[in-house]
Amino acid sequence: MTDTLTPVLSRNWGDDRAWTREAYEAQGGYDALRKAVTLTPDEIVTLVKDSGLRGRGGAGFPTGMKWGFIPQDPETEAGRKPKYLVVNADESEPGTCKDIPLMMASPHTLVEGVIIAAMAIRAEKAFIYVRGEVLHVVRRLRAAAREAAEAGYLGTDVLGSGRTVDLVIHAGAGAYICGEETALLDSLEGRRGQPRLRPPFPAVEGLYASPTVINNVESIASVPSIVSGGIEWFGSMGTEKSKGYTLYSLSGHVARPGQYEAPLGITLRELLELGGGMREGSRLKFWTPGGSSTPLLTAEHLDVPLDYEGVGAAGSMLGTKALQVFDQTTSVVRCVLRWTEFYKHESCGKCTPCREGTWWLVQVLQRIDAGQGREGDIELLLDLCDNILGRSFCALGDGATSPITSAIQYFRDEFEAGMLAPSRELYPPEASMLQRPEVAR
Amino acid sequence: MSEQVSGAATLPAETVAELQELMGRYPQARSALLPMLHLVQSVQGSVTTEGIETCAALLGLSAAEVSGVATFYTMYKRRPMGDHHVGVCTNTLCAVMGGDAIFERLKDHLEVGNDETTADGKVTLEHIECNAACDFAPVLTVNWEFFDQQTPESAVELVDRLRSGDTVTATRGATITSWREAERVLAGFEDGRVDEGPAAAGPSLAGLEIAAERGWKAPDVDQADSKDNEVPTESAEAGAAEADTARAESETVAEESDADVKGGGSDD
Amino acid sequence: MTLEASQETQVPVELVTLTIDGVEVSVPKGTLVIRAAELVGTEIPRFCDHPLLEPVGACRQCLVQVPDAGNGRGFPKPQASCTLEVAAGMVVETQVTSAVAAKAQVGTMELLLVNHPLDCPVCDKGGECPLQNQAMSHGQGETRFAETKRTFPKPYPVSEQVLLDRERCVLCARCTRFSEQIAGDPFIALVERGAQQQVGIGPETPFHSYFSGNTIQICPVGALTSADYRFRARPFDLVSTPSVAEHDSSGSAIRVDHRRGKVMRRLAGDDPEVNEEWITDKDRFAFTWSEQPDRLRTPLVRDPESGELVPTSWLGALAVAARGLAAAGSVGVLPGGRLTAEDAFAYSVFARAVLGTNDIDFRARAHSYEEAAFLASTVALRSDVTFTDLERAPRVVLAGLEPEDEAGMIFLRLRKGVRAGRTRVVTIASHLTRGSRKLDAQLVATRPGDEARAIADLDLGPADILLVGERLALVPGALSAAAASPARLAWVPRRAGDRGAVEAGALPTLLPGGRPVSSAAARADLVAAIPVPGVAAWPAEPGRGLEAILEAVTVGELGGLVVGGVEVDDLPDPEVARDALEKAFVVSLEVRASDVTALADVVLPVAPPVEKSGTFVSWEGRPRRFGRVLDVAGSLTDVRVLAGIAEEMGRPLGFRSTDEATALMQQVGPWDGERAPAPTVSPAGPAEGAVVLSTWRQLVDDGRGQDGQALYRATARPAVIRASAATLAAAGIEDGAPATIATRAGSATFPAVVDDLPDGVVWAPGNSGVNLRAALSADHASAVTLKPGPSQVVQA
Repeated sequence: MTDTLTPVLSRNWGDDRAWTREAYEAQGGYDALRKAVTLTPDEIVTLVKDSGLRGRGGAGFPTGMKWGFIPQDPETEAGRKPKYLVVNADESEPGTCKDIPLMMASPHTLVEGVIIAAMAIRAEKAFIYVRGEVLHVVRRLRAAAREAAEAGYLGTDVLGSGRTVDLVIHAGAGAYICGEETALLDSLEGRRGQPRLRPPFPAVEGLYASPTVINNVESIASVPSIVSGGIEWFGSMGTEKSKGYTLYSLSGHVARPGQYEAPLGITLRELLELGGGMREGSRLKFWTPGGSSTPLLTAEHLDVPLDYEGVGAAGSMLGTKALQVFDQTTSVVRCVLRWTEFYKHESCGKCTPCREGTWWLVQVLQRIDAGQGREGDIELLLDLCDNILGRSFCALGDGATSPITSAIQYFRDEFEAGMLAPSRELYPPEASMLQRPEVAR
Repeated sequence: MSEQVSGAATLPAETVAELQELMGRYPQARSALLPMLHLVQSVQGSVTTEGIETCAALLGLSAAEVSGVATFYTMYKRRPMGDHHVGVCTNTLCAVMGGDAIFERLKDHLEVGNDETTADGKVTLEHIECNAACDFAPVLTVNWEFFDQQTPESAVELVDRLRSGDTVTATRGATITSWREAERVLAGFEDGRVDEGPAAAGPSLAGLEIAAERGWKAPDVDQADSKDNEVPTESAEAGAAEADTARAESETVAEESDADVKGGGSDD
Repeated sequence: MTLEASQETQVPVELVTLTIDGVEVSVPKGTLVIRAAELVGTEIPRFCDHPLLEPVGACRQCLVQVPDAGNGRGFPKPQASCTLEVAAGMVVETQVTSAVAAKAQVGTMELLLVNHPLDCPVCDKGGECPLQNQAMSHGQGETRFAETKRTFPKPYPVSEQVLLDRERCVLCARCTRFSEQIAGDPFIALVERGAQQQVGIGPETPFHSYFSGNTIQICPVGALTSADYRFRARPFDLVSTPSVAEHDSSGSAIRVDHRRGKVMRRLAGDDPEVNEEWITDKDRFAFTWSEQPDRLRTPLVRDPESGELVPTSWLGALAVAARGLAAAGSVGVLPGGRLTAEDAFAYSVFARAVLGTNDIDFRARAHSYEEAAFLASTVALRSDVTFTDLERAPRVVLAGLEPEDEAGMIFLRLRKGVRAGRTRVVTIASHLTRGSRKLDAQLVATRPGDEARAIADLDLGPADILLVGERLALVPGALSAAAASPARLAWVPRRAGDRGAVEAGALPTLLPGGRPVSSAAARADLVAAIPVPGVAAWPAEPGRGLEAILEAVTVGELGGLVVGGVEVDDLPDPEVARDALEKAFVVSLEVRASDVTALADVVLPVAPPVEKSGTFVSWEGRPRRFGRVLDVAGSLTDVRVLAGIAEEMGRPLGFRSTDEATALMQQVGPWDGERAPAPTVSPAGPAEGAVVLSTWRQLVDDGRGQDGQALYRATARPAVIRASAATLAAAGIEDGAPATIATRAGSATFPAVVDDLPDGVVWAPGNSGVNLRAALSADHASAVTLKPGPSQVVQA
């Protein structure tokens, strides 16, 4: 049995000047790269494939398999094109807050992973697309890329291997949709971040219509440890189908919010117990397993294994493992309204169901939140969600329906109450605050 | 085409040179457009008409295309900004934890509405979406630096110090300079402040600290993996998975759409 | 005058069989499901889909269920049929057979209407609106939306001509995709985000595209309207007539909508072989020229005493014309280049049979004997190149031709081929223009006058296509070089009637059907086929070209002129022309008062194309027949008027109507005898002088055919002089400063723009603010002087 918490990615976050190359190397940093340059690209791909690493950005697609899709046959047109690696560091899903601390504390972990992954797919150019609203993270990434180049980890002759890997740190400019991988590519090409038609898939026609791998920060950051530790070591953590360790982000009405790195499959109950449970006087009311786009769960799901299969079986998704926890003081209607307002604000506008649907949903939810709900509003909400889910161009529209349908599933009475009384009367917002006014002084 | 380049004349020559430097960092110059617009903001205080025309001329785009990009992203501002940008997260979790109250208090205190600038030109207030610091809720940002676990009172104190020109340092970040200087860093130019602030703080270290207290760690590499130094071999499972890659990817997209729900904000 | 079958060999099409709504259908591989469904009779509702635009899948109106993608597995979610390619064995269920698809479509329709105003009764699109129609056919009738709709200030002008009502827009992006993909003018783009997303322009750059009007037509709602047509008519009050555009030699299919005798608007027709579904803004908006106050409605005869033109009866005027021509001795005929083939044929026959002369020349512009020989030997009867060929040829060479300005449909076809990666464009020109850049063209930088050598140097092969423009007539040797080239060749004139006039033999050495004047057998053919009482033979002596005709008048060798639609200022030497018109007995057949009618002795009003039927022969050699749109009493064709004069002169033509002319032309048929030899003129090289002029006319300019459309004219490209930095510097002109080009005849001033031209070459537009021909007696390849200022700058 492994320990309950297994810090790998977060292992060095508490180190002095952990963001510097010096500190990183002192902890064995770039040893994995030294090993990787002795491997062929295909060997690295196989290693990551065999490790069972699955995408940590939400979808859980096997990372090595994704790399294996990159056409490498020089006899084909796609095989001859340059390949690109793009790291999705546009962490914007409400509740999700794992990649930002990782990049702030230990950017070299990511940079090392980028170099190894780029070599694996034979990409000579890699990009980290980081959201723009995190200035200090951008600073740390730029410095790390500079330091890595100075040390010969990046550039035209990576550690004397003759291989070339260049890395560009690219700051976004404020658009949640750019977390969708094809929208990210358009944004990285200097366009409006709207999703692309698939096919063609990015593996064949991605950035600049060339074969491209897009991976989440945590996925790529996991690569050096897999190279160093090996597949059995990696597989000794987690479950049969959800292997390895991962960052769980606990937030909300808990005693000790924060990052908890544990093997996949831990439960919310275990995580809460580690941090001292809910905040004082608090009872769990509802929570998101992986950000606001994953259907809400309740106290009855405390023992659901937080891996891809377990959460799926509970009717939600593991997503980004962003565990937003809300207690009994919280109005679910208010939360759902606010999330829906977010999706409306972030809808890219390309497709009708998402653009117009979120516009409409917000107005219905606003009146329920204001205690002015009408007969039939709940059915209307559900039917609108039915007309959006699976009808939108990309998954943003799908995600917008998740909080609504799941909240109605578990808390229908609160929506019915919204026909009689405003949420702020039923659930005074002050009671939900971090420092409750009556408590604080 | 040359008549279109005349817009470049209204930006300083050194800015145009830096815009061109940004273009040179990418295999295709248009990829530099987002950084270029950040740089335009750092020089002009907003995305100006001449900034749009200049970027368009440099990249061989129409002004409409550049305008389409500039208006898509919320960090690009079309009105002159204050010295500092103060963002209050009012996405659900922060809002519930106090973000709404903070935002209301700041509006009152600064006598501005959303996306407005104080009369003294010091502070532009905006409510922002989730900034990936939920474990520090409720959070504020100043010029996109983190101010964690805020209260209405601490927020008021913060903006007052900003307005009076006091030195202010981010909870996890550097000394606050100005919104324009921040935009310059985002555009792609380092400002030498990378070593300010901690690596991580508070909630970021929660799990690490508990693990340390209890002596928990990941398994040792040597014990767990006897094949540590062996070259990996192709497994049967992986080989099968690779066999029909195109179909696998397309079907995954179709079938795992539920799992892909995150598509909007996240990444895989 | 028959169009030969395309030389393209038919590539066998791979068929894919799938099942749609239980019906098996086989379609070419690559077909989209939405179009395959049409073949089984199912119309899937759609907005963003357009067959000529790249699929986008944005509106989500066309969702269908796909229980089997062809691999035994279905899609779990409804799919957009406009982006889904067919696959063998695929099973598709549309709204007809799938409740899920039907609900998805009804749901999307409801969402589309959430923010759409209920202003159909006052919307221009009402009655012909895809949204309105499909909401009726596929919607649920009533909305559940009782909340607040999105509104915008309206309308928002994206250009002087095109207005945008944003609240009506369904964001299908047809307009922006058209502008980017088809026209290459991305001056409109989607801006803002989410529910605020809208079509917008740059802060200071309006939607000035030569093809902007197409966006109005393909808008599936009433979001884009033309300032011209807005609030002026209801679709169901309009009578629509298919026709052919008269502004260039493309022969574009158009639809003319009129109400109570007045044309309200023109739309692109749908002709896949010619203009597909597009037309230029000139073809769309420039239709009021024939309705100007100077329109001629009654015959006029010059009063010998007052010297004024006075209204006269048709019979009286025809009699005066007949007597005058009979008395004039020798008469020259100048039909102009805007006639139908039938009208040109009438002039051709009138000259030979009635006037007994070959002194006839349709070319109302700069021309040469080399060109006449080229037209007779190499252009007449020839149909080597079609529009479709342009998008498939590996290489298309343009010489003396700027397609975006001069033949917009050629430009769009070339762009289509270039974008598809099939066609490479080479342009023999002074510089890369906006148009040639959009074709990604390779420039063969050429000083005006040096085109002949450039053509010869290109080493063209039989797979190449060479398109030559009419201004090569100004370059000695150029058309000879073109004729000698092994490339597939087409001559692209600017005017709609030029090619038809060639076929009709309105040239001094060419008779109808490509017959050479020099051939006795050809002449005998025609005398037999076109019997005119008292005419035993057609003249054998080759005639004079336009310039020589006018000179012959001035020296007294010719006493009379019959003039069709000719603008004096377009002629090689307008001053000489005025002298000649003053001196001769002039019979003018015109639509509107002009410099010719002002000097004519008899003015006979004739019908503009909209009031008659006829045929334009396109640059391809393709006859483009059109019917009469407006039935205006007393509006006569040139055929009818010439027949009237001929009858008064006692030599009736034997045909009076367009239909009779057509029948006779067909009876005459093409010449199958020996053709005149191609010209073999040696290149002369560029003109002497420090600076040589490169010029042509921009699409939107001061031409009289665009009169009455101020908003359209406001979209013209700015008139500037272009020259290299060295050329401008040598003349002491700064970039952006006023520059003047001058000849002994006069001067014109425009702002200077540094551009990539050979040193010693200056480009200026032919008729934008100043008509260079009129003001400077200058044209392409003329020597001019270039100097700074003065401060007075022409604003076009």
